[in-house]
Amino acid sequence: MIRVRQTEVLVIGGGPAGLSAALEAASLGCQVILVDGDLALGGQLIKQTHKFFGSKDERAGTRGFKISEILLKELKNHRDRVKVHINCTATGIYKEDGVVSCVIGEEEYFRIKPERIVMATGAQERLIPFPNNHLPGVYGAGAVQTLMNVYGVIPGKRVLMVGAGNIGLIVSYQLIQAGVEIAGIVEAMDKVGGYWVHAAKVRRLGVPIFLRHTIKEALGDRVVTGALIQEIDDRFQPVGREKKIDADIICMAVGLTPTCELLWQAGCEMIYVPQLCGHVALRDQFMRTSLPHVWVAGDAAGIEEATAAMVEGRIAGLDAARSLGKGDKEDLTERLEDLQKRLGDLRGGEVGQKICQGLACCSIQGWGA
Amino acid sequence: MDEKEKLFNSGVLVAPRKGAVRPPEDLWRKKKNGLVIIECPQRIPCNPCHTSCPTGAVKPFKDINDQPEIDYEKCTGCANCVAVCPGLACFVVDLTWGDEDQALMKIPYEMLPIPSEGEIVECLDREGKAITRGKVIKVLEPLRDRTRVVHVEVPKSLVMEVRAIKVVKQS
Repeated sequence: MIRVRQTEVLVIGGGPAGLSAALEAASLGCQVILVDGDLALGGQLIKQTHKFFGSKDERAGTRGFKISEILLKELKNHRDRVKVHINCTATGIYKEDGVVSCVIGEEEYFRIKPERIVMATGAQERLIPFPNNHLPGVYGAGAVQTLMNVYGVIPGKRVLMVGAGNIGLIVSYQLIQAGVEIAGIVEAMDKVGGYWVHAAKVRRLGVPIFLRHTIKEALGDRVVTGALIQEIDDRFQPVGREKKIDADIICMAVGLTPTCELLWQAGCEMIYVPQLCGHVALRDQFMRTSLPHVWVAGDAAGIEEATAAMVEGRIAGLDAARSLGKGDKEDLTERLEDLQKRLGDLRGGEVGQKICQGLACCSIQGWGA
Repeated sequence: MDEKEKLFNSGVLVAPRKGAVRPPEDLWRKKKNGLVIIECPQRIPCNPCHTSCPTGAVKPFKDINDQPEIDYEKCTGCANCVAVCPGLACFVVDLTWGDEDQALMKIPYEMLPIPSEGEIVECLDREGKAITRGKVIKVLEPLRDRTRVVHVEVPKSLVMEVRAIKVVKQS
């Protein structure tokens, strides 16, 4: 029988939200285990070569991978309290005894019985179906970013980007920086979904954005050689002539959906919220789910920017620690209020409106006693 | 949706609007070192242009989502905001530079190769069209974070068109 490891706080996911949660919990004296399935901590931050938005508090103007380095350095200050497992997947969570099963690589299996859990499992990419999308050369934007910015490999010579949200716009910009040509960006809506300034950055480098267009099919015999795109009307029905675009890569950046399997398995009350891009856990203002020992933060709680994920992570980490009796009560109340205010501020813009509508559907004013 | 609106919705500024205004002509014409032009027409949570401004020319934000408002009397054309802006939305235009028909633009640049001083580069408009060529006067990296601020000489008549540069291969 393998011994069950004990910890005060288990954080699942070492991206911006999870790192922030682990930091805050550890800073209040909690014993923390942080598990992440990847080979390095940082989540999507390590691929982000662009400068972040926000204010000084969120390190605006700093590139994403630098923010990851800063968080990891902070985490090192708490290394006596934080045990990190990378290449480690949380494979299950069992209601019966509150045990979380984990596997490092494919061999080393172990179990953890935490007193508190912060789920910061992030998101997965969505894909849209179209004929020939099985051809080599059709990528998700996350894969393109990993190849390019983590491993230094360019995916191809000429890319058709599908989706003009922030990811599609930013990855297009990064591809140009790597010397790759962007044939165009296809966007189904009548305006870009990402920040206007991100769009302006690629437009002034000569990238066309085809609004109200969709990809019809990928072209090519054995590999991608191009794509057919077509205009669509208000009901997303194709109109007009198909356009042929030459490209050896089709990069899909059509959105993310929260990774919520463990939340379901844990038995958290879940709800489908389109504005947050999928099923999310009901949560109170401190990110606590319907299960008193489980918190959620970051994209797992609803798709949003990494800046918001970091603030949510801090809130979840602090509140989880508070529930274990850590920290000074008054000081914590103040810090949490400050973080909540910052989160509100971050969501005050045009893109934040949608998030706020979504949050109204899944936020609970306190779970009661 | 008309063509202009469609163009704007794809990230091309087609006319001045809130968060993307033209500096006052009189002041601009005589202001040595230039004045900033910020093209940030959408409410997004971001304020480094204000927090990095040494003279308070980019006014304080009531809400972090506010679009930047500029007190042009205070702007010294230092280009701190050009270097820091995550949206690469700040440009400085110095109309007092050089000959009567010339101007100096300070433009953010994050591509390779890095141009050298004296090099002739292509100047691109908001849709990436090469509309003129310009001489690089200076290449700075104010924050040591790989965002360069390139000073480039352009025709005065094109300062509201040029928004990027492209290094052309020497043949």
